[in-house]
Amino acid sequence: MSRVRVLVGTRKGAFLLESDGKRENWKVSGPHFAGWEIYHIKGSSVDPNRLYASQTSGWFGQIIQRSDDGGKTWHQPGTPPGEPTTTPDGTPKGESNKFVYDTSPKSGKPLTTHQFYDGTQHPWEFKRVWHLEPSLTDPDTVYAGVEDAALFRTTDGGQTWHELAGLRGHGTGPKWQPGAGGMCLHTILLDPSNPKRIFIAISSAGAFRTDDAGKTWRPINRGLKSQYIPDPNAEVGHCVHRIAMHRSRPGVLFMQKHWDVMRSEDAGDSWQEVSGNLPTDFGFPIEVHAHEPNTVYVVPIKSDGEHYPPEGKLRVYRSRTGGNEWEALTKGLPQRDCYVNVLRDAMAVDSLDSCGVYFGTTGGQVYTSADAGNTWAPIVRDLPAVVSVEVQTIP
Amino acid sequence: MIRVILPPHLRTLANIEGEVALQVEGPATQRSVLDALEARYPMLCGTIRDHVTQQRRPFVRFFACEEDLSHEPPDAPLPDAVASGAELFFIVGAIAGG
Repeated sequence: MSRVRVLVGTRKGAFLLESDGKRENWKVSGPHFAGWEIYHIKGSSVDPNRLYASQTSGWFGQIIQRSDDGGKTWHQPGTPPGEPTTTPDGTPKGESNKFVYDTSPKSGKPLTTHQFYDGTQHPWEFKRVWHLEPSLTDPDTVYAGVEDAALFRTTDGGQTWHELAGLRGHGTGPKWQPGAGGMCLHTILLDPSNPKRIFIAISSAGAFRTDDAGKTWRPINRGLKSQYIPDPNAEVGHCVHRIAMHRSRPGVLFMQKHWDVMRSEDAGDSWQEVSGNLPTDFGFPIEVHAHEPNTVYVVPIKSDGEHYPPEGKLRVYRSRTGGNEWEALTKGLPQRDCYVNVLRDAMAVDSLDSCGVYFGTTGGQVYTSADAGNTWAPIVRDLPAVVSVEVQTIP
Repeated sequence: MIRVILPPHLRTLANIEGEVALQVEGPATQRSVLDALEARYPMLCGTIRDHVTQQRRPFVRFFACEEDLSHEPPDAPLPDAVASGAELFFIVGAIAGG
């Protein structure tokens, strides 16, 4: 029987939650990297034992961790366990934690400053890795979305990272500005049908697409409406919170924006609002059912000023029609006095026959539904605030 | 021999227990001590000083002989008591918040 492994990043460490296909009894391990913020953990779809984690700290900076045994042991890819940490001449071997913006003349363009909160130009400064997206074909290739917004890639299993500088250099970079959570590149979607096509999203610049494997990029924000942006047709400046796609239909995208839930039928060239009957269209995560490309999940949050569920009721909303018509999923979720948030990377689905849905809260709960959202139960209740949730379906 | 104390999170990261004893080439300075530390524990590169600028990270401080040496130039000689190993060189994660 297949089993699942849920990878949970929290403000104070990582946790792995494992179960068989019934998803009733769970084994919890952790905290791994205790005391550090774990922004994201994700496994390779090619090799489920290969995991990558972003470990970060306001004090000590960015660490990349890798596991080759499904999370039992971890190491920094530049210094594999058991090997000398330096070359014979004493030089440090690995630079797996080093994210340096590309300022080479070859990359062209300014690549130097972006718009700051006060409207002035501000230098790009690396802060942390928000999201790690392993390649769909090679376990050694991983994309990293970072703050200040940029896209990096490793092709050697995380030992070294290099920027895909065409994104920042394509022209609109000086107009990007940080959202309240920083200027982060938080979403990376790899098109399974076209290895040269990648979608990314940045708060609060918007969504972007490359069709040449990252050399050139263009904004894909037409149809997004953002309050307070003077130009209603602004090419960038939209606070996209998350994008999702179904692998069978990669040209159809779903977006949870700061406000508004959106859908694109043309790979982001244009967007239409599909918020429909949601109680509020503010929120962070958005996910698509593993087997039903038109079934979408969001977690409505009251407002940008009040980051908790409306009426103190934690409700996942599901649309089986690709948006516009939404139903509240409440069975097993707290329906009173609940004031947690669900962050943008904290929702995931497994690919078992009966699709499992998972999400984590800032209150430390991780909920699962083994029946596509009809009923829910907590796997754990008292973790540190959950930042990210990913799930692996393991044969 | 220079004796260095790391903050707990960095000891965990580098799999170190207790203090670290480092042999430093030439005069004992912040830079030479950190160079020696990172050469032995490359996983610490970037955690105490920036990968590129080599500037001390903002919330990391250096103390020795009951003095805050954080703002001393990186090539200034460390106190003799540190250079001789009589006193410890402390790398500290700043306490912040309430």
